[in-house]
Order: sequence, then C-alpha cells, then structure tokens
Amino acid sequence: MIEVRGLSKRYGEKLAVNNLSFDVVPGKVTGFLGPNGAGKTTTMRLMLGLDYPNAGTVTIDGKKYASMAYPMREVGALLDAKAVHGGRSAYNHLLCLAQTNNLPKRRVGEVLDLVGLADVARKRTKGFSLGMSQRLGIAGTLLGDPKVLMFDEPVNGLDPEGILWIRNFMKALAAEGRTVFVSSHLMSEMEHTADQLIVIGRGQLLAECTMEEFIARSSGQTVRVATPQPDVLIKAVAEAGGSAVSSADGALVVSGLVAAQVGDIAFEHGVRLHELTVVRASLEAAFMELTADSVEYRGAENEQGQPGQGQPGHAQAGQGQSPAQEQLVAQGQHGSEGGI
Amino acid sequence: MAAVTTRQAPVLPPPSGRAGFGGTLRSEFTKIRSVRSTYWTLLVLLVISVGIGAAICAGTAANWDQASAADRATFDATQVSIAGLFFLGQLVIVVFGAMVLTAEYSTGMIRTSLTAMPRRVTVYAAKALVFAIVALVVTLVAAFIAFFLGQALLSSTHASATLSGHDVLRAVIGSALYVTLCGLFAFAAGAILRHTAATITSIIGLLFVIPILAHLLPSSWYNDVARWLPDSAGAAISATVGPQDAHLFSPWGQFTVFAVYTAILLIVGGVLFLRRDA
Repeated sequence: MIEVRGLSKRYGEKLAVNNLSFDVVPGKVTGFLGPNGAGKTTTMRLMLGLDYPNAGTVTIDGKKYASMAYPMREVGALLDAKAVHGGRSAYNHLLCLAQTNNLPKRRVGEVLDLVGLADVARKRTKGFSLGMSQRLGIAGTLLGDPKVLMFDEPVNGLDPEGILWIRNFMKALAAEGRTVFVSSHLMSEMEHTADQLIVIGRGQLLAECTMEEFIARSSGQTVRVATPQPDVLIKAVAEAGGSAVSSADGALVVSGLVAAQVGDIAFEHGVRLHELTVVRASLEAAFMELTADSVEYRGAENEQGQPGQGQPGHAQAGQGQSPAQEQLVAQGQHGSEGGI
Repeated sequence: MAAVTTRQAPVLPPPSGRAGFGGTLRSEFTKIRSVRSTYWTLLVLLVISVGIGAAICAGTAANWDQASAADRATFDATQVSIAGLFFLGQLVIVVFGAMVLTAEYSTGMIRTSLTAMPRRVTVYAAKALVFAIVALVVTLVAAFIAFFLGQALLSSTHASATLSGHDVLRAVIGSALYVTLCGLFAFAAGAILRHTAATITSIIGLLFVIPILAHLLPSSWYNDVARWLPDSAGAAISATVGPQDAHLFSPWGQFTVFAVYTAILLIVGGVLFLRRDA
C-alpha cells in the first residue's frame, strides 16, 4: 500500500503538486492519469525521494523510500528509460544498480532474459532504440523482485509492438500479485490495463476510483433517435422521465432512458423511427471532460487562471466543472469502495 | 506473452542487514571501470605525465654541458622528472574528477542511481572514495614511472636523483597525492555546479588562472598571499633541492592548506548533494 498524504511541491512560482493525497492499493494496476504538465512525474519523483516535497508525506507499506533496508527489493521504479550512461553496457548498467542493494550478480542475467535483452547484454546502451531502453529500464526495476513497481509514461514514444509488450508485461506483473503504479496522459492506454485510477490535473486530485466506477459515472450513455415526429417524441420522453434535445442534424439525443425504453415509448405513441442508436461517450472523452479545466497549455483564448498566479484549481473548477468531475471528486474523497 | 513470468526460482536469497556503503562502493567501482572514457582519460594522464617529464629530462641531459654552475647547483632532478604530472596531469585529473558527478547529471543517470540507492550521503561518499582510490593509484604509477624514466635519461649528467635521496620519496608520492587532491577538488565542484563545462571552467580558473594572476601582484603582496594559493602545495611538495621558500609553509603544511580547501569544498558539495532535488 502506497499512501500519499498532503503532498505539495513548488518549483519557483509554479505549484507543481498541490496538497495531493491518494492511496495505491496492493496487487492491482493503478493508472495515474493527467494531462501533460499535471504533476505526474513530479509526484513520482517525490514518492521516490528524488525531489523533496514542500509539504506532505509518502509512505510505502508504512516506510519512507529512503529508509528502506533494501529499497530495490521493495520498489522498482522507472521514471526515465533514457536516464542511463550511454557508454556503459546493458549488463554493467544493471550490475551497478544491483550491487547497491547487495543483489546477486546472477540476477542481472535473469532480468535481461526476462525482458529479452540477453543478446545485447554486452552492447553499449548508446545504440539502443527507445523500446530497448524501456526494456532495460524495466529489467532494472525487476532486479530486486519488488512487490511495488512504478513506471512513468512507459509507452510514450513506443511503436505498437512495444506498447503491446509493455501492456502485457504490466498485466503479468499484476497477475503475480505485484502493485503496479503507472502514469499516462492517455486514457486509452489505461483502458485495457488499469484496475484503479488516480486522475490529477494541475497537481490536484480530480478522481480516485476503480475503472468500473469511472466508466459507470462518466460514459454518459445517450440514445440517438431520428424521427419525422420529434415534437411528439420529446413530449413522450419527458413524461417517461427522460429528456430529449435536438441535435444539429435534426436527430434527437435522449438521456435518462435506455434504447429499449425509447423504442417502446415511440411504439406506444405511434411515432415512426428512422434511427435508434446507443451513444456511449468514450473513456477518452470522459477523461478529457474531467481534465478540461486543468490542461496546462491551451490556445491563446484561455490565458486567465493559469497556475502562475498560484490559483488553486478548485476555486476555478467550481464555476466550470463538469458534472462528472464533481461526482468523481466527491467519490475520491471517501475512498474507492463507496456506492454509486 | 501469455507465459510471461518475471519470477524464476530461486528468485533472491532472503535479505539480511541493510544496503549500505559496501555495496554502493562496489557499484561505484563498476561504474568507473565500465565506461571507456575512464581508460582514455587515465591513459592520457599516464602518457603526458611520463612523456613530458621524459622530454624535459632528455632535453636537460642533452644541454647539460652548456648549463652554468649555478643552474647545475639548483637543478632539481626529481621535480623536473615529475613536472608533467603536476602541471598537465593535474589538468587531466581535474576533468576526470569533475565528470564523476557531472556526467551522471548530463545523462540523467543520477536519478537512476539515487532511485537504486536513495541514501545520498552513502552515494556521495562512495563516489568520492572510489574516485580518490583510482586517481591515487594511477597518479602514483605515473609519478614513479616518470621519476625512474626521467632519472635514467638524466644519468649522463650525474645529477640524477635516487628514491633514497633527500626528500625525493616525499616529492614523488606527495605529487601524486597533490594531483589526486586536485581531482577531489574538481569532484566537489562538480557536486556544487552539476554541469561539466561550468565545473571545469571554474576549476581551471581557481587552480590555474588565479595563481598566474597572483604572480602579477607586487612581490611584497604576492609573498603574503602565496602560502594561501592552491598551487603552492604542488610547488612545495615536489621540490627537493634548495632552501624552502621563506614565504611558504613546509611542504606538508602547504599540502594541508590545499587539503583543507578540498575538504571544505567536499563538505559543501556533500551538503548540496544531500539537500537539493536530484
């Protein structure tokens, strides 16, 4: 269990992480989501003691990272796969990491086999592709056979094959009962891998929930109906407790009712239908909606309320926040098991 | 990929104790021996230390007949033979020392290192110690080779020195120690500045340019400050002939002045290494 409590970090004028609290539950893949610049990397650096917070604490199974007897046996972390000395061979890179934690030399060969780099073990890492560097970084996290793994944007810049490999690898790690904490700025990336979600924007918590809860709350299912008698249907839908509005192309968008209900209502009122379609907002759209107010860099039309003034995101979010966002934040504050 | 498993039996022996200085020392030694730049740098150090010393000695021997009696009386065969080490070898070791930390910052490796071993004082001390040991071994080798080769080349002058000579061993070993100390000085500056070019420029300014500028001072002023200049240690420790400069401390006293400078810089570098974000 990773517990983050009241974490804040300021770089000069910029408040990168603002009073952030969340838990990472054991034995699951937890997706750490947020737009670019939301503070994901900073949070991870603070969790590992690379940067010092201005306020707040991070404990992993009750201990601070720096005070663990053998840090690599408890946590494997990869923040930047290119953060290696290019002149050193893959083998020697892993060996110098293993030695700090008194790990046996044979473990280096084992993890190179695991990630499929055994053939290039003696090659200098300077010539490695991003995909190979990523594998090397992951090999490093596995040296100590840790219970907790942390990856910062592990698929960024990878080709589809590399993405698939990382995705499957993370699932396999979680299947072995490890805690996997992985950041991404793409919801689509988390859709198939994460069980739990932590969403941040401008350094603040936006949502902390399971993937199912996120889907249930934010997919905002609607039904699209095309009919030559829209007025009749709008009235009938309203009587049934739903609501229907005309969309730009003349079709109606019904919310609050499922497709079968809309079809039945139309039949009962003798309304002819030309189209009846279930429309599900994608998770990506839900994520975009949730983080829309906290995107770091936007077009020129939206300059006010930048974090430069140190303005807390929530003060501003109060006016412009989407329903999904409010709901999820409320949920996030009770923990993740609350009812819908 | 379905069969992927990250655990192979037996995975790891059960942990005992705590990751500490010993493991980090081994790790830092692996780091220093596993990059080519180490070998290139140390090879350059050996070649120029031995080569320049040999060139000066050979030139001196060839021109010995023309040397005046006064020149012959003050000729310091030991100092001349190891001059390459404490003039130019010093420059090489400064670059080497600076790079120990700044190369980790420029590649980003420092974040990987501190993730593996988050106890920073341990990392800093292990880095400094491994560097000091490697630098001392190589400079001692360079000093002794330069000394013996130089004396062999000077043998025709009958003014050559032997290790048993007055202060000779002190000069040879002391020069290696002084050059190693210069490297540690640069290592500490690297911890403070965290940038290779900035570190090397600053160190060359402190160790080489300031002494040159100091020589431009009126001699009465220079005599007052000479004992506090970093390069005086090198000059004093490598000399074996003639009276001790009255404005300087003893050779080891002069060495201590520079050692204290280095210690102060190492402490400042260590505190910053500990306190700053990586």
